[in-house]
Amino acid sequence: MGLRKSEDGRPLPIPTPLAAPFFEAAAEGRLLIPHCPRDGWFFYPRSRCPTCLGDDWDWREASGQGEVHAFTVDRVGHDPALAADIPYAVAVVELAEGPRMPARIVGCGVDDVRVGMPVEAHYEDIEGITLVRFAPREN
Amino acid sequence: MGKQSAAIAGFTEWAPERIPETPMFPMEAAAQLAAEVIADAGFEKDEVDGLLVGNPLMESPMFAPSALAEYLGVGCNFGEVVDLGGATGCGMVWRAAAAIEVGVCETALVLCPMPMPPMPPATQGGPGPMRMPAYLGGDVWGSPQALYDIPSGLAAATPSFAMAASRYMAHWGVAPETLAKVAVQQRHNASGNPKAIFRDKPITIEDVLASRIVADPLHLLEIVMPCFGGAALLVTSAERAARGPNRPVRVSGYGERITHRNLTWAPDMLDTPVRAAAERAFRMAGTHREAMDLASMYDCYTITILLTIEDAGFCPKGQGGAFIEEHDLRFDGGDWPLNTHGGQLGMGQAGTAGGLSHVVDVVQQIQGRAGERQLPKADLAYANGTGGMLAEQVALILEGA
Ligand SMILES: [Zn+2]
Repeated sequence: MGLRKSEDGRPLPIPTPLAAPFFEAAAEGRLLIPHCPRDGWFFYPRSRCPTCLGDDWDWREASGQGEVHAFTVDRVGHDPALAADIPYAVAVVELAEGPRMPARIVGCGVDDVRVGMPVEAHYEDIEGITLVRFAPREN
Repeated sequence: MGKQSAAIAGFTEWAPERIPETPMFPMEAAAQLAAEVIADAGFEKDEVDGLLVGNPLMESPMFAPSALAEYLGVGCNFGEVVDLGGATGCGMVWRAAAAIEVGVCETALVLCPMPMPPMPPATQGGPGPMRMPAYLGGDVWGSPQALYDIPSGLAAATPSFAMAASRYMAHWGVAPETLAKVAVQQRHNASGNPKAIFRDKPITIEDVLASRIVADPLHLLEIVMPCFGGAALLVTSAERAARGPNRPVRVSGYGERITHRNLTWAPDMLDTPVRAAAERAFRMAGTHREAMDLASMYDCYTITILLTIEDAGFCPKGQGGAFIEEHDLRFDGGDWPLNTHGGQLGMGQAGTAGGLSHVVDVVQQIQGRAGERQLPKADLAYANGTGGMLAEQVALILEGA
């Protein structure tokens, strides 16, 4: 199993050595994203840049701002371990820097989520790990 | 006119079932499918020298082709497990055809055994209905799914296809009624298929829109029913196929494209890999979209049909909704017959056999064996498969000899 369970059974990630800086930064409320000197930002973190296969990328802090690229509201609990949360909104968020990442949308009702909605990163600590969520951005 | 040297000579297909009466091991099912498809094609068992199987093979997760060769008593010149999810069936067809074209083997079985497996005697509960594991194999350490998608609440397939639909609706726009029409007309086509799980259960657009929303914006009736079942094809050289009892169905063109695993990481979730696959298949076959007598497209969800019609090049991007509204997709009098077997939405989705059902649909039509849903003209057809989260797609051009 590549996941551990929280006390109430939620699936939690087990950071790999390569992904650890992302999760360590999230614990400090920062969004750290790989950046290739030739091809720019990418996500998720890989051993080599998925555009050029170069290994000389570094971590850079992203703004934490983005918009909802696509979303759905899970109303039946496709993951039985999260059945207590339904209905919940899950989205692919496009960061202002370009890459996309999956995230729960928090801070608004599930029926208020829209494609194109401006969002910003929020950080949720659960039993020793920090998950990146996104919430509607003011202004 | 395209590739001429390999042809489908026979098929067999089992009616998808939620809970079959009798459990069966996958290799037992493979043996039954093999016997049936060899008989249907009018072949001798000793002529078979290639085996392709869609995973999983429960009794032998490793070494599957050799386990199957041993079980069936077949000496293989070509053996392969194909792991392309819903595109596995179409992917096996072109691999078999290519192996025959280059002379690696002469006659190959394409096997999709998806029986309800028995449970060991000590197991609680016994067999149950077909269910895909929620994490679809992504719950292993190091997988991006385990690190990012699953902890975010993104599991199973439906929410991903729902996200593609939400993005489509916002970017290009399509009415829920238009997507519902796809489900309604697939159900109608199922009425002509005695093996369809939803035969004689017609639905209306109002029924679809009144069914519960499972993952916004997808309703329950826009989603396939997972089933058990099985299907198989026999692929051989065009010369050998010509000596069989059925009209040979030539594999005239094929293309494959794989770009990502989870939808999150799709280069463009509204521009699906079938674009490149279909382009290659049509070019190889030396034909064009307007020449098709029918199409059979992977329909795990209504949105999959919309995206596939566009990206396989049957209409411009963004015009799929208008295309669906302008055309009648039914077998009886429709001007653009699509999935005359009812699609998987109407027939049920028996794992990889569900993907192969689109090839079987076309083969039945071209061979003139489609029963009450037989089209007046069926000589040239487009079929495709979609695996993963709009991630891996295979397109085929099939042609009656
Ligand atoms: Zn690079």
